[in-house]
Amino acid sequence: MIKKYFFQLIFLNLFFIKEVFAAESGGMPQLNPEFWISQIFWLTLTFGILYIILSKVILPKISSNLELRKSQILENIEAAEKQRSDSETKLKEYESIISKSKLEAKNIFKETREKVLKDISTKRENLENEIDKEIKKAEQEINLLKKSAPEKINKIAIETSSEILKSLIGADVNSSSISAIVNDFSKRNGNKYYDN
Amino acid sequence: MAANPMTQFEVYRIGPEIKIGAFDISFTNASLFMVISSLAILIIFNIGSKKNSMLPSKIQLLAELSYTFVSKMISDTAGSKAKPYFSFIFSLFMFVLFCNMFGMIPYTFTVTSHIIVTFVLASFIFIGVTVIGFIKHGFGYLKLFVPSGVPIVLLPLIVVIEIISYLSRPISLSVRLFANMMAGHTMMKVFGGFVISLGIVGGWLPLSFSVALTGLEILVAFLQAYVFAILTCIYLNDALNLHH
Repeated sequence: MIKKYFFQLIFLNLFFIKEVFAAESGGMPQLNPEFWISQIFWLTLTFGILYIILSKVILPKISSNLELRKSQILENIEAAEKQRSDSETKLKEYESIISKSKLEAKNIFKETREKVLKDISTKRENLENEIDKEIKKAEQEINLLKKSAPEKINKIAIETSSEILKSLIGADVNSSSISAIVNDFSKRNGNKYYDN
Repeated sequence: MAANPMTQFEVYRIGPEIKIGAFDISFTNASLFMVISSLAILIIFNIGSKKNSMLPSKIQLLAELSYTFVSKMISDTAGSKAKPYFSFIFSLFMFVLFCNMFGMIPYTFTVTSHIIVTFVLASFIFIGVTVIGFIKHGFGYLKLFVPSGVPIVLLPLIVVIEIISYLSRPISLSVRLFANMMAGHTMMKVFGGFVISLGIVGGWLPLSFSVALTGLEILVAFLQAYVFAILTCIYLNDALNLHH
């Protein structure tokens, strides 16, 4: 009874609803022990059944579901990780192949260039050698001609002079004396005509 | 005149009177809502755990979220030793939560607004925790009442206070839930009565209050279930990890 009045007092003071409470004096049905045993019985029964089914059937299932999903996700992450590393190594391989082939191409280009240059230079050398040889031959010939020229000229001079003398005086002149004169003449004045 | 706000807590018999010996265990409206709450929990969690898809359905997500919520709550407050008691605390939390929530539907009965129900739950927890404590630590469990680092002069007083606070645990636990539920529902009923008595002219203010209170009461319904479960975890923690 004291408790009842206590609660009523709280509500009265809290909400100023005297008339609401004054209408009926039922008090708190919670404190009426009529159905206490029934409530205890049904609480034990329902909560007991709930607990048994939850703990034996449902919660283990949820737990295993969660575990399974967790492990599956972990597996998937691992697989993804592995694939990523695989693709990275593949990429590296590809890059190394590319750089290698680039280097090779460069080398081939260099080699061919060197070869071609060498070829050209040897051919040019050969050609120059040949030209040099030809020039030397020609020079030799020229020199030979140069050397033999005064003698020939002297001979022609002797012959012409003897001819001229013959027709002038009408008698043969001793050819040896003519040649001596011509030789002497050419020795004195030869340098003027042949610069050697 | 407004109806008595306390009539909503009245228990009445549904169906015939059932008696075992001298005890009346008739099926009442309270029993009905206990059964409804339990069935709702079982149905929801059964659907939620039936098939395991990588992408959970909404109900499955709900079940799994509540599972992880309760399991995190237990491991945070009572540590890994409390794992065997997970299903009990889970059932307790769900039962109280569903009873509270079903009480929020108009014209329903709130099971947890009855002191006898909450007291039975609380005393079961109290007895269970005490038994677990004595099994785990033997008579060393009594060290719970002797905090370390207390001056010897104060010790008798402290021990008495500790024992009283320990023994009052079931009362505080049960009265907290019962009083919260009862006060909330009474308040809503009272404001509902005001809407009627003030009529079309002045009834709008209590009506808006009533709407706001409904939101608050749903929050309280969840919060009280949570508090009930977490206090159980704390008591269990005392029994399992004795470090005073």
